[in-house]
Amino acid sequence: MRELTYRDALGEALREEMLRDKTVFLLGEDIGRYWGGAFKVTKGLAEEFGDERVRDTPISESTIVGVAVGAAITGMRPVAEIMFGDLSALAMDQICNQAAKICYMFGGQTKVPLVVRTPFGAGVNIASHHSQSLEAWFMHTPGLLVAVPSTPFDAKGLLKTAIRGNNPVMFLEHKLLYPVEDKVPEEDYTIPFGVADVKLEGKDATIFATLYMVHKTLAAAQELRKEGISVEVIDPRTLVPLDKQAIIKSVKRTGRIVIVTEDCKTAGVSAEIAAIVAEEALDYLDAPIKRVAEPDTPIPFSPPLEKFVIPDEKTIIKAVKEIL
Amino acid sequence: MPEKEKLIEMYRQMLRIRHFEEKVYELYGQNLVPGTIHLYVGQEAVAGGVCANLRKDDYITSTHRGHGHCIAKGADLRKVMAEILGKETGYCKGKGGSMHIADFSIGMLGATAVVGAGIPIAVGAGLSIKLRQTDQVVAGFFGDGASNQGTFHEGINMAAIWSLPVIFVCENNLYAMGTRQSIVMKIENIADRAAAYGIPGVTVDGNDVLAVYEAMHKAVDRARHGEGPTLIECKTYRHKGHSRFDPATYRPKAEVENWLKKDPIQSFEAKLQKMKLLTKKEAEKMERDVILTVEEAVKFAMESPFPAPAKALEDIHFKGGQQN
Repeated sequence: MRELTYRDALGEALREEMLRDKTVFLLGEDIGRYWGGAFKVTKGLAEEFGDERVRDTPISESTIVGVAVGAAITGMRPVAEIMFGDLSALAMDQICNQAAKICYMFGGQTKVPLVVRTPFGAGVNIASHHSQSLEAWFMHTPGLLVAVPSTPFDAKGLLKTAIRGNNPVMFLEHKLLYPVEDKVPEEDYTIPFGVADVKLEGKDATIFATLYMVHKTLAAAQELRKEGISVEVIDPRTLVPLDKQAIIKSVKRTGRIVIVTEDCKTAGVSAEIAAIVAEEALDYLDAPIKRVAEPDTPIPFSPPLEKFVIPDEKTIIKAVKEIL
Repeated sequence: MPEKEKLIEMYRQMLRIRHFEEKVYELYGQNLVPGTIHLYVGQEAVAGGVCANLRKDDYITSTHRGHGHCIAKGADLRKVMAEILGKETGYCKGKGGSMHIADFSIGMLGATAVVGAGIPIAVGAGLSIKLRQTDQVVAGFFGDGASNQGTFHEGINMAAIWSLPVIFVCENNLYAMGTRQSIVMKIENIADRAAAYGIPGVTVDGNDVLAVYEAMHKAVDRARHGEGPTLIECKTYRHKGHSRFDPATYRPKAEVENWLKKDPIQSFEAKLQKMKLLTKKEAEKMERDVILTVEEAVKFAMESPFPAPAKALEDIHFKGGQQN
């Protein structure tokens, strides 16, 4: 099978959906002819589909999302790009008060087929305003769906599902994933939301990981294997809806769970997963739940500082060993 | 000058709004309306004059003070009243209430209670029209307070650069809650802000339905012909306080009395009689009919059941069509 980067897999999903459905269009800052998006995901699309359907916008995040909402409730399928996930803070009213609540508040009268794509994550030394992982904000808002693809295959299949569905999706990418290459089939496929993927089977402990942490966890798993420790790596692929059963099923088998996420520890993704396991699978645990997460700091700039706060293979291995 | 039928119809709509709102106020006094209310009494000429220029397939966005917008766009009084009373038969099945009424079947895209949040959504509907290549238009209602939000700047700028068919209707009732316009703006006419976006801005007497109609007529004509957006500022006055319990003591007595003398319905009725388009007898009959319709709406709403409590768990996501 051919290999594609995560970046190109996303671009291909956008292109194929635009060919498939003329109501699909893209808007965002510098997504057009010159840049093709800050991370080049939309490169070439303006040339192919024109400036009307691949629309460069002013730097107005709130209105980029608001315009997408207005278009979504009047027959279009917009895909908005927010250049960095941190900047979604500027659009929080439109995301959380409008897009998320329109279906409910208006008694189910309208679909809101809207996708907001945005990259999260640290690792490239761009400090506190360009490096955060804020998945929990959106998980905490009823009405939104939250996708967190970790591989090119998942990115393409989930993005297609996001575009074809009828609810607002926060499609959260990770900036270190864009150059990652992996197998992606050439034929059309979609991945349903709410179905986790076991990235690695194992028996001694379950590791729940998302986005770039999936890759760090898989690297840690290789090291652990050398020492005879076998871990199972579960990637939820979507945080809303969440495949709780996949997590619980795995925990029932291994009796141990380490939760690895890049967002802040307090009230973050890992807190929710830990609560679910505690509520629904406590009797199956042979050791305390372990969390590996960002230690509740803004993301610092200087390389040694940044490296210190972001979970890596070593912290993951250490956490696994602590509960074995 | 619009033809006779149009003029009479505008008058009827204004009467419907007035009697509907007076009834809501009465029911509120009897403790039959949960939550709060923001009455449109005094501003009827704005919704009346604006919506008389719109087709059924044109869109409007609305605000917390939105009953009048819905009614003028053609909403069913029974379903509006039922929603205000929190009943299952309301437009939003009791999930939205007074501040969140929507009727997508008549292009009423919903009322948002976040001041200024409807502006980007109106722009999005405008972009949708442009991309779908229809000749619909959008009227986005908002108040003087909203014109100090960032969404006003972002939204009008985006509509301007893309020449979208959006009419921004600013109902300047001189107070943002209890804050007088002069405390929060250096300018007297909000329409002056249009110049900053390179679009036409007009200020009209918002209590003169004919002035509103004429300004809107021009703006709609421009919009339908692809000439872009217009900002219309309608100077008007709410007869009651901002919301429940607000005696509006921040407004000088003489100012209130002066505006009450400029009642938009009384002055329009006098004008119609002077133009020999409406006899006193006809006006009385029309008023009786309107009162009857409002009474019917109240009866319908009062006799309707409250939603079953567990319905609170429904409509979080749209259920029809393709799922994510």
